[in-house]
Formats: sequence, C-alpha cells, structure tokens
Amino acid sequence: MSAIVEATDLARHYDVSRGPFRGSATVRALAGASFTVEAGTTLAVVGESGCGKSTLARLITMIEPPTGGTLTINGQSVADEAAGDHAPGRPDKAVLKALRKTVQIVFQDPYGSLNPRQKVGSILEEPLVINTNMPAAERRAKAFDMLKRVGLRPEHYGRYPHMFSGGQRQRIAVARALMLDPKILVLDEPVSALDVSIQAQVLNLLADLQDEFGLTYIFISHDLSVVRFVADQVMVMYLGRPVEMAPVEAIFANPRHPYTRALLSATPVADPSRRRAKIKLEGELPSPFDPPPGCAFHPRCLYARDVCRIESPELASVDGADVACHGIAENWIED
Amino acid sequence: MALLSIRNLSVTFETATGPLKAVDGMDLAVDPGDIVAIVGESGSGKSVAMLAVMGLLPDTATVTADEMSFAGRDLATLSVQARRQVIGKDIAMIFQEPVASLNPCFTVGFQIGEALKTHLGLGRADRQRRSIELLQEVGIPEPEKRLSAFPHQLSGGMSQRVMIAMAISCQPQLLIADEPSTALDVTIQAQILDLLVKLQRDTGMALVLITHDMGVVAETAQRVVVQYAGQQVERQPVGGLFDHPHHPYTAALLDALPDRASGDRLPAIPGVVPGQSDRPDGCLFNPRCKFADETCRTVAPPRQSAELGEALCHYPLNHREAAA
Repeated sequence: MSAIVEATDLARHYDVSRGPFRGSATVRALAGASFTVEAGTTLAVVGESGCGKSTLARLITMIEPPTGGTLTINGQSVADEAAGDHAPGRPDKAVLKALRKTVQIVFQDPYGSLNPRQKVGSILEEPLVINTNMPAAERRAKAFDMLKRVGLRPEHYGRYPHMFSGGQRQRIAVARALMLDPKILVLDEPVSALDVSIQAQVLNLLADLQDEFGLTYIFISHDLSVVRFVADQVMVMYLGRPVEMAPVEAIFANPRHPYTRALLSATPVADPSRRRAKIKLEGELPSPFDPPPGCAFHPRCLYARDVCRIESPELASVDGADVACHGIAENWIED
Repeated sequence: MALLSIRNLSVTFETATGPLKAVDGMDLAVDPGDIVAIVGESGSGKSVAMLAVMGLLPDTATVTADEMSFAGRDLATLSVQARRQVIGKDIAMIFQEPVASLNPCFTVGFQIGEALKTHLGLGRADRQRRSIELLQEVGIPEPEKRLSAFPHQLSGGMSQRVMIAMAISCQPQLLIADEPSTALDVTIQAQILDLLVKLQRDTGMALVLITHDMGVVAETAQRVVVQYAGQQVERQPVGGLFDHPHHPYTAALLDALPDRASGDRLPAIPGVVPGQSDRPDGCLFNPRCKFADETCRTVAPPRQSAELGEALCHYPLNHREAAA
C-alpha cells in the first residue's frame, strides 16, 4: 500500500470584500489540514457547513491552488511551500494537465451538474474530446461500455438529462467522472440529494466500481450513517481544521474529540428503542470571518477550560487516532 | 373525537400530459397531543396531502375527500374567508427551506407581528411584547435585538426558529412540520427537533411531521404513516414499525438504511418510484417487490387489520409477531 494523496498543513484562504467602506477580510476556509490517503481506500471527510470540506475538494481536484502547505497527488507535487511563492512553485502546465486526469469529481446535485442541452452521449465523451486524441468510434464504444458499468442501458446514450430520475443522473455523473480512467474520485455529498432506496443503489454502485477499478475515494459527507458504511478512514473537520482522524471503526466505537461525540450523538438513529440522552450542543457554528481564539470549538464545548480559550490544539496521536484537543492530550476528558 | 380527521383524501393535478394522482385514498386521524410522522420518498404525496388540508394547493389540483374536518369543522366546504381564520391560527405549518419561506424585505419582528395582528388583533405594544416572548420561547438569544433583523442576517437554524415562532404565535392546536430539519446541519437539526418536541409537550398541540428520514421518525414520532406513490402502505406505532414492519416496502426501506446494514453491500430496492405514465396495475409496489406474484400484478391489494399494520398488501410480512 502506498499513499496516493499526501497533504501537509494544507491551507486555503480567501480575501473577501466587505463593502466599499471596510477593508477586505480573510476567510480561512481551510486552516491547515495534514493527512494521507492510501491507494484503493476511502477517506471520508465529515463536518457541518462551513467546515472547509468542499474547499478541500476543490484543492484536491486542482480547481484552485492552495495558499499554504504542500499537496502531493500520485507522487507528483501540486504545491510546495518550500518552493517559496506558490504560483512559480507549481509544476508546469503539462504535468498539471496530466495529473488532472487522475483526479475526477462527482458533485452533490445531479440536477445541477449535468448540462441540460447535452445528450448523455456527448456528456460522457466530452472529457475524452478535451483530453485525448481518441477517434470518435472508440469514444463512442467507451461511452457505451461505461453506461453498462454504471447500470444504465445503451439506449440511454441518446437521451437528455431531464429524462432521467435523480439516481440515474447521479449514475451518469459517476460515469462521466470515470471516462478518463482516474485513480482518485472526489465525491462531494454524492447521495445526499437522493431518496433512501436510490441512495442505497448508488452507494452499492460506488462500492462495486471501487473494487473493479481499484479507485481511491475522497468521500465528503455530513451524514454519519453513510460514512460508517463507505469509509476506511474518517476525518472530522470543524471550522477549517481537522479535529479528529481515525479508522472508521475507532471513530464510531470510541469517538474522542468532544465535537465528534456531539456529532455522533446528534445523528438520528433509525431505532426507536435507542432514544437516548443526547449531548446537546448549544449555539451555532461561529462565523469563519471571525473564528474564536484558541480551539475553534471551545464556545460550544462542554469541557472547555482556560487553555482552550487561548491556545489552538495540534493534532496529536492517541491510541491510533489523531485528535486535536487539549483535554484529550492532557487526559482531563475521560472516555 | 379526533382533532384532524381525514377519510379517503385524493388529490389529482391537471397536467399537460394528463391527470396526475398525487395522493390516493389517504386516511388520517390526529388527536390532540399526538405526534404523527408521515414518511415517504420524494413524490409519495406526503407534502401535497398536508397542503390540501391547509388549502394551499393551486387551481390545477382537484381535492376530493369523504371527510376532511378539523375540530368539528368541515374544511372541504369552508368558505375562503372562514378558512383563513383557521389557517395560520389553529393549524400552522412550517416548511423545509426556512430562508426561502421568510420574506426578505421585512424584518423578523414585522413578520411575526403580522400573524398576531391579523388573527389576534393585538396592538403595536402588545405585538412587540408577545414577539419577544415568542423568540425567547424558541431559544433565540437577544430577542429584542433580533426583532429588527432581516432574514438574511440570520443563519438557517435561526430562520427556522423564527418560522417556528411565527407558527406557534397564535397557539395552534395542530402544527404541520414539512421536513423542518432537512436543510439544516446535524447538530442544528437536533436542536430544532428537540424544540418542536418540547413545544408540543408544553402546549399539548398535535404535531404532524413530514419527513423522509427514518432516523428522525424513530427519535420523535409516536405513530408513523408510510406513503408510497400517493398511497398509505402502512400505519403503525413507531416501535412496531421498526421492529416488525408488515409491508414489504417498509421492510425494504428499513433494510436499505446504511446504519442498519451489515456486510459490504446494501440491500437496495431495485427500480424507481412509478411516475405518472408507468403506474402499474394491481399493487403499486409490485414491480420492485421481491414477494410479488400474479395476484399482486393484477389485483389491487386490500387494507389489512390493525395487527398487521393496516398494510396495503396481499401478503403482509411478520404474521407471527402480529399474532403474539
């Protein structure tokens, strides 16, 4: 096993204008994430809105360059802080173009991510037209083959997206992502817009495709029950920082960070006999313009002490899990 | 006597491609203090049925019912003026997208005050006082300040709290919540559901919860109605539904949930919900049902007894548990 994605202190800041009479503000959408993903496995990124999970997806798919840290994909450096300025430090265009083929993305909303004026056939063939010199007949053959693999029929080749249901559209989006034989698939909430019975079909399809092509998934979700089913590793994020990273069994059996515990406890469980006392989080997510000092979670944390209000905790290894929490590191939050 | 009582409610939409039956023979009785969940996938008619009760459907919809009454008043024959005195006062509704259901041009205080003025005829000072009380009740910090806030200044969770404040402003006897927490984050969803259950307990109002999330159903409801393609396929108390589902659709839906699954593939339900053009004969679920036989394909299924979850099925599951 080898790491296919490696990130160290990966950061992305945005300058946002706040109107004509105020200076622009900096949003730290991603404030330093370090992780590695092994080839052929699934890393699930979990968190609430504004935690930076979609920003992470944009960095891994190279839609945007990071503003800090290093990112290595498939052995090729995408951005390196050591090289100084980020723009010159980036590899040249040809390398980047080749690298982009190995990373593809599937978006949340299959109604918005497919062009309504293109037929399924041209949607699927477009990546090949842009990135390869494949003759038309071969492109067509490949599109038919991919339709079959994602569970659609050959006659769907000539239809428009509006003629499909949500689940079928998400299959088309997955097929399009696979046309260039990528190694890494970034799945940005791929099933949250779908009904339960359809969601199960798409999750099964993703599992089949991962086995068949040996794909690596970065699975972004807010739904912990789905994550439990698909993930190998889980990274829980809060306000731009990972707060806990662990194998999926460990996260669910023994969550450590107070936020992970609250998140697990807040997720509704489909079992009426297990209505239990919940860990109730007070308040809302703080604004990313003005994150609280110290640990970003301290205003909502049940265990917060003075040190949490001043010092931001670093990820530290605790029994096979990486946790960013003073209380866990100094052992005053018990299991 | 039931607070809300519906018998054989059907809603048909006139569309360019012919009539579309969105709700087909719905029965529902809600007593004061009940929490009833209506659960189903998109297109199962769960929202449309409740909009019919509220009288909020467009002119293209034809609503027919043997009975549709609220607190002894027949909603079907009520004049528009008379209905407006009931809707928003005794029956209130909150919607899925809190940000979209608030008017962006007016302050929160004005929008809450509107209901108080129309239905209760309160004066300006009374409205102000009552609005602050309401915002406090739904857990909004600094309510005096928030009254002058516009909807875009509030987060999704806060907007939903404002919607709830508006809905309970006239102390309704029945609150219909249409996917109240679907658009919200998990920790905020838990707060909103807690708030709804707490308000229900404190005021003794009845709560109809429309949702597609079985987890939400399990944690909040007392009784559950499962809808499929406009029909109620099963009606059961919540415990029985999750332990011994009687309709194959309910059973398959529960099996397809990732948190109840074991193994590395989910037992998915093949196919999709039938649409307007491909409605099957006999049982509507038969093309996707693994137990279906010739009878299911030709004969419309009967309603089973209460012991069998009132399942709309020829061959309900879990006979033995029902007898025990």
